[in-house]
Amino acid sequence: MDAAAKINGGAAQKGDNRPKLPIYLDYQATTPCDPRVVQAMLPWFTEKFGNPHSRNHIYGWEAEEAVERARKQVASIIGADEREIVFTSGATESNNTALKGVARFYKDRKDHLVTVATEHKCVLDSCRHLEQEGFKVTYLPVKKDGLIDLGQLDAAITDKTVLVSVMAANNEIGVIQPLAEIGKICRTKGAFFHTDAAQAVGKIPLDVNAMNIDLMSISGHKIYGPKGIGALYVRRKPRVRLQPLMTGGGQERGFRSGTLPTPLCVGLGEACAIAEREMGAEAERLKMLRERFYQGIMAKLPEVYLNGDHDKRLPGNLNLSFAYVEGEGLMMGIKDVAVSSGSACTSASLEPSYVLRALGVDEELAHTSLRIGFGRFTTEQEVDYAVEHVVAAVKRLRALSPLWEMAQEGIDIKSIQWSGH
Amino acid sequence: MAYSEKLLEHYENPRNVGSLDKAAVDVGTGLVDAPACGDVMKLQIKVNERGVIEDAKFKTFGFGSAIASSSLATEWIKGKTLDEAERIKNTHIAQHLALPPVKIHCSVLAEDAIKAAIADYSAKHPAKPQG
Repeated sequence: MDAAAKINGGAAQKGDNRPKLPIYLDYQATTPCDPRVVQAMLPWFTEKFGNPHSRNHIYGWEAEEAVERARKQVASIIGADEREIVFTSGATESNNTALKGVARFYKDRKDHLVTVATEHKCVLDSCRHLEQEGFKVTYLPVKKDGLIDLGQLDAAITDKTVLVSVMAANNEIGVIQPLAEIGKICRTKGAFFHTDAAQAVGKIPLDVNAMNIDLMSISGHKIYGPKGIGALYVRRKPRVRLQPLMTGGGQERGFRSGTLPTPLCVGLGEACAIAEREMGAEAERLKMLRERFYQGIMAKLPEVYLNGDHDKRLPGNLNLSFAYVEGEGLMMGIKDVAVSSGSACTSASLEPSYVLRALGVDEELAHTSLRIGFGRFTTEQEVDYAVEHVVAAVKRLRALSPLWEMAQEGIDIKSIQWSGH
Repeated sequence: MAYSEKLLEHYENPRNVGSLDKAAVDVGTGLVDAPACGDVMKLQIKVNERGVIEDAKFKTFGFGSAIASSSLATEWIKGKTLDEAERIKNTHIAQHLALPPVKIHCSVLAEDAIKAAIADYSAKHPAKPQG
C-alpha cells in the first residue's frame, strides 16, 4: 500500500470513483505525519529514551547521535551548516526568538525593524511587543499580487534597522516573496534578514547562502513531521547574535535551553530528508493537482477570483473568492471537504482576513474566500470530487444570495441604503 | 463547533427561498446587513387586507446560522398578523436553533429583517391602522 492510500485509510473499491470522505484540503493548516517519519521516531520514545545531553552513558550518547543526525538533515534542506540549526517547539517560537532575540541583543546600537503587513500573526505580535519596549517597526504594504515592492523595502531600511523579517511563502495566499533580492538588499544595507519559512521549507528550493538569509524559521508539522517541533536557522558567518527567550541549562549553544525531545527532533530530520529527496517531483504533481482544481472551478463558475499571484505561489495553495457566497456558509455546504475560510468568521473574531485586506481585496470579496491546500496525500480523484461539490454548493448558495440576485439585476451593491443598522 | 440538527436541517433545506415583487403594494421588503461580519438578509412579506402575512420569502448571504435564522423567520411569520410578527424576538430564534454565542447576531439580523419588512409595508400603507 502506498503512503497516500495508507493515510486515506485504503483505496476506494474497484469501480467506485468516490474517494474516502472527508477529504482533507487544508495542507497549509497542518499536514499528517508521513508514516516513514513516524517509523523513524518510534524507537526514540521507548527503548532509546535517553537524554541527549547525558554525557556519561550509552543512552545519552545514542540519543545525542540521533539528534545531531537530525540537525544535519534539517541543515541540508536549506543549504546550512548543522551548527547553525537550533531546535525549537515550532515556527511560532522560532519567530519570537528571531525577532525579540535579535532586537534585544542589539538594542544599544539599533532600534528599528522592518516587516510586512501580511506576515503571520506571531511575527506581527512579536513586533507589537517590541514596539511596547521602545523599538520602531515599519510594516511594509504589499501589492495587489501579495508581493512586496523592493524599492519600498530598500527605502525603509536605515542605519538603525537591525532586522528585516519577510516571510518566504504566505500561509493564506501562498505567494512567494523574492527572497534572493530581499537578501541582497539587506546584506548591502547591513540589516539582518529573517524569513519565516514555515510554509516554504520542503515545498520550494531554499538556500540560505545564495539568498543571504541570516535567520530562518522552520516548522515540523507543515512538512509531514510531528507537531511540537521546529527549528531556527541562525547564521554563523557573519555572526548573528541573539538574546535567548528560554534560559536554563544552556542547551542549543545557549540559544534555547531545555532538554531536546529526541523523537521529535528525529521526526523533523526525517521529514526534511524526505522532502529534500522528493520536492522536485512532488512540486510538479501538486502544481498539476492545483491547476486541475483551479481550471475545473473556473470552467464551471463565473465570478471566482484568485487571491495572490498565480505563478509566484506555493505549488499546493489556492485562495479563491467565490463572489456573493459567504465563506463559512460555503464551508458548511461542503462539509465533506475540509478547507479553510478567509472570512475568518470561524474564530471568535468576525473580521475578514487581514491578509486579503492588505492585498486590497474588498471586504465583501474577502468574506467569500476559501483557502484550498493540496499536499502529499491528495489524489486526482479527491480533487475531482472536491470541484464537483464546491461548484454545486456555490450554485445553491448563489441562488439563495440576495447579493447575487442584485448583481444579476445590475444593482451596484455599494449604492444600497441599508435599512435596519 | 457542532451545530444543532435543527440549524443544519434549515441550512440543508431552507424554507421560502425566493423573491416577491418589491414594487407590489401588498409586499413589504426588508434588506438588512450586519456590518460586523458582512451578512446580508433580504426578507419579504405579502400581506392581505386583514393584515395577515400570507406569504414570506427570503434570500441571505452569510453564515449557515444566518441562512437558517432567516428560513425559520419566514416559517414563523407566515399566517401571523403584522402585530404578532413584530413580537418575534431574536432570542426565540437563537434558542430554537441553539445558536452558538458567536452567531447570536445572525438571529438579531433575522429579527431586524422582519421589522424592516413590516416597516416597508407600513410605509406603503400610511393610512391603514395596523393590527
